[in-house]
Amino acid sequence: MTFTPRDWRAHPPVIAPGYKSTRLRGATKPLIPIRQSLSELTGPVFGHDCLGPLDNDLTKNGRKEGEPLGERILVAGKVVDEAGRPQPNMLVEIWQANAAGRYVHKTDRHDAPLDPNFFGGGRCVSDDEGFYRFYSVKPGAYPWGNHENAWRPNHIHFSLFGPSIATRLVTQMYFPGDPLLALDPIFLATPEPARDRLVCAFDLSLTEADFALGYRFDIVLRGTLATPMEDKR
Amino acid sequence: MSKGQTPSQTVGPFFAYGLTPQQYGYPLAGITSSDLRTPEIAGELIRIEGRVFDGKGDVVGDAMIEIWQADPQGRYAHPADSRGGNVAFPNIAFRGFGRCGTGTDAENRFVFETLKPGAVDDDQAPHVNVIVFMRGLLSHLYTRIYFADEAANAGDPVLQSVPAERRDTLIAAADDSSGVVVYRFDIHMQGDKETVFFDV
Ligand SMILES: [Fe+2]
Repeated sequence: MTFTPRDWRAHPPVIAPGYKSTRLRGATKPLIPIRQSLSELTGPVFGHDCLGPLDNDLTKNGRKEGEPLGERILVAGKVVDEAGRPQPNMLVEIWQANAAGRYVHKTDRHDAPLDPNFFGGGRCVSDDEGFYRFYSVKPGAYPWGNHENAWRPNHIHFSLFGPSIATRLVTQMYFPGDPLLALDPIFLATPEPARDRLVCAFDLSLTEADFALGYRFDIVLRGTLATPMEDKR
Repeated sequence: MSKGQTPSQTVGPFFAYGLTPQQYGYPLAGITSSDLRTPEIAGELIRIEGRVFDGKGDVVGDAMIEIWQADPQGRYAHPADSRGGNVAFPNIAFRGFGRCGTGTDAENRFVFETLKPGAVDDDQAPHVNVIVFMRGLLSHLYTRIYFADEAANAGDPVLQSVPAERRDTLIAAADDSSGVVVYRFDIHMQGDKETVFFDV
């Protein structure tokens, strides 16, 4: 068994000139192919035991004296591989800005208010069918220094391992209909045919009446190839 | 949504309170840390440290480095490694995974306290798998740390697949002048010393 290759028709290149900091931080030499050994076929295993009770509810896990401000949302979806096989028991970590577009992070200098009742970090583990679910508030857009009057679209950062280090994925989930998407060098660095995979879908069936708007975001990790074991190790 | 792999995006500058909260002093329990040592240690304690440099030679202070390694007997803590059930050796609790941001050390180093891994199989020399993330890196990159004092490096198929003049970028030398064995592994994103990254 090996993992399917990273699909470079889906992933952004490491140097994308429109996103300025890639110019000095992206590798310039071609990646060197590697035969997948046990080192690449394995990776850290995180189970439900690593979770705290409020870890998947960002509307509660940062509360001090009340509820966080903002539009309450539920983000849920299925973690699958490229063949559509559910990926159960997979750690999903997220972090995001508050409703005003401000991160709790100490180095975020954006002049928008912090929310004393919102932290913005959380995690969950997918269930037996690969489903995960978070409660949060819709993150605000925020300015950044890439170019004149640059604003990041609303987004939630995601981090997943999948079954091995080969399936590692760090990404960002965007919201449908955001006018900033067409202007965002990070989103636009993604090959065009794959961009819509980063945009969640509003889903009335996930929406909880009188409580929170539901958004669906499925995540597709690299799949597996059955390979003849020409040399067994 | 179209089918196929979900694209990667950069980890951005503000990952720390979500991914490395304890290291950076945020009020969220960490799921991992940069200290891989476990109480029932059987093996050589080592420290792995280094810095990340950009194409201008400036130190990157907002990178996140993850390591994944075998235990000193060469076993991965993962179901695909069937040798993990061998209770004849200790290190049962050794998880083999660590994560460290470069934003808390005064010199912007990443520092891992760990055990020196054993050889995973007959071909490969002992090594640590490394994943590199940072603002300005849209897709994460993989590299490996090999140990300068391992004779098995000469026969390692991965090292041998790398052009000879770039092999040194994967090899960490030991320094035990401080009492603990420190392997220094700097990561150069660009330039003459650009680190070898693999298409894992
Ligand atoms: Fe962000």
